[in-house]
Amino acid sequence: MARRELMPGQKRLTPGGVGAEVLTVLWFVFSLFPIVWLILLSLKSTEQQQNTFFTFTPTLDNFRFVLFGQTGSDLRQGLFNSLITSAGAVLVSLIIGIPAAYAAGRWKYKGSDDLMFQMLSFRFAPELMVLVPLFIIYRQTGLLDSSLGLIWVLQLVTMPLVVWILRSYFQDLPPDLEQAALLDGYTRTQAFVRIALPLVRPGIAAGALLAFIFAWNSYVFPLILANNELKTVTVAIATFQGGGGQIYYNHAAAAALIGALPPLILALSIQRYLVRGLSFGAVKA
Amino acid sequence: MSSMLDEPVLPDTGATPPPPGKPPVQVPKWRRDLRPYLLSVPAVALIIGILYPFVIGVIFAFQNYSAQTTRNRRFIGFENFQQVLTPGGTFFIGHAAWVTVYYAVLATVIETVLGVGIALLLNRSTIIGRIFEKVLILPLMIAPAIAALAWKFMYNADFGVLNHVLGLGTFNWLSADTALYSAVLVDVWIYTPFVAILVLAGIRSLPREPFEASSVDGAGPVYMFRRLMLPLIWPYILVAVIFRFMDCLKIFDIPQVLTGGGPGDATTTLQVSAFKDLINNGQYSRGATYMFILWIIVFITARVLVGVLGRAQRRAAGAED
Repeated sequence: MARRELMPGQKRLTPGGVGAEVLTVLWFVFSLFPIVWLILLSLKSTEQQQNTFFTFTPTLDNFRFVLFGQTGSDLRQGLFNSLITSAGAVLVSLIIGIPAAYAAGRWKYKGSDDLMFQMLSFRFAPELMVLVPLFIIYRQTGLLDSSLGLIWVLQLVTMPLVVWILRSYFQDLPPDLEQAALLDGYTRTQAFVRIALPLVRPGIAAGALLAFIFAWNSYVFPLILANNELKTVTVAIATFQGGGGQIYYNHAAAAALIGALPPLILALSIQRYLVRGLSFGAVKA
Repeated sequence: MSSMLDEPVLPDTGATPPPPGKPPVQVPKWRRDLRPYLLSVPAVALIIGILYPFVIGVIFAFQNYSAQTTRNRRFIGFENFQQVLTPGGTFFIGHAAWVTVYYAVLATVIETVLGVGIALLLNRSTIIGRIFEKVLILPLMIAPAIAALAWKFMYNADFGVLNHVLGLGTFNWLSADTALYSAVLVDVWIYTPFVAILVLAGIRSLPREPFEASSVDGAGPVYMFRRLMLPLIWPYILVAVIFRFMDCLKIFDIPQVLTGGGPGDATTTLQVSAFKDLINNGQYSRGATYMFILWIIVFITARVLVGVLGRAQRRAAGAED
């Protein structure tokens, strides 16, 4: 067997390393237990929902109920609303963000750093600082509960992400490539569209998907600005109580899993690019 | 680097070659200089569009605007600030600010220590580590509001699974004394993977030679970690700390879903408090004042931490030479 090159700090399994393996397993028990428990709960019947045992007859009734039962339209509407507003926010972020990221990645111009830091400050600003006035403005202008209004504020989440990630991808692209294209008779725009843009495709895909996940997962924006007809899936689930007066934990668990599934699937598909995305390109991996 | 004489090779992107013999297009210098600005115009417009409600919010903080005073709304100077900054007053910000900072420091410290530990464990690259690395990020990708709901079920004193599995009887996870720690535990569950994958990426980007050299010199693992690895991955750790600390300062969804800020005001962070003012009480000005103060705290903290990060990055770059 070929000896694998070891990274600093890496060791092959030794008796002393068994302790480390035990610790690793312990973390993952803690980390995965709530997800496993949520899955189990979602498969339990209403009679079993309050027992804490791991053996029971699994049923898919809860999924059927939350999607197609009496309150099913709420969750379906929530999924649809989340899809429309998240995708809309990502689309706008890409259209506006790609040129800005290219400008910031290629040129050092007056005010470029200020612009980038202004974007980053969106990421760290307390959401309610903007949401208090927006709530009142939206109520006056009728934008409350409109997808346009929600897409507009979701930019606070998605735009900085897209711009910062893509800037780091554009910076890594050797300027020689576009220079060569210019010498070959391309215009600057053609060089950008035909040379630079295709080469950062992985960055665009990763940035867009991550932005989508963040928009999908956001809670405080839709909670305040889209509380009725436009209720998104996170808001719908956080207040999910099932039908009637009783609280149905098994129904809520099924709904929670349905709402958590799209981000999980997307995240696994862009795992290679996650580090760079989550750290806004500040950490390149 | 290729020599100047080499013709740069264009990557094959499937683009059609330009017509031959066409001379390079000459663009006047002033138009070239304008290019990055033009490209940034939409982004600037968006920033201004978001700054508008922000400025309105700042104005609110200096008015007496509430659902009750809509008709005779006026500027009252620093009265709101005086109200929320007077210790002992009805609207004193102290408790919410304390809860917020306590939560942020506690969660950030625990997540950083655990995250670095997990990164070191996973870096060992045994079979177990490689399998688990794939699922490490799962909690991070579930909406915090949904994760908080799942934990709320598990915390239930009467039939929650935690008391059952841990044999705690009817321990109340969400009492006035415990709720804040239970909220931090949910935060730790969600965000420790964030620290771990950033630090793991940092460790994997390190040069191998210094470690081999010091290993030959007989350095122990603890010495190697403290003297060699830690200074080199410090910038990565700091990036994680900055992101976590700033996000924790404005934490909302976890305490809101878990306990609605309660019991009493045990988990009422500044954002939860402002939410109550805005939605439940219609106290727009007071909510805005809370948020303005939080924004100042966040802004100053960001400046300090980013400065520390810059110094650490320069030192790590120097250490690599």
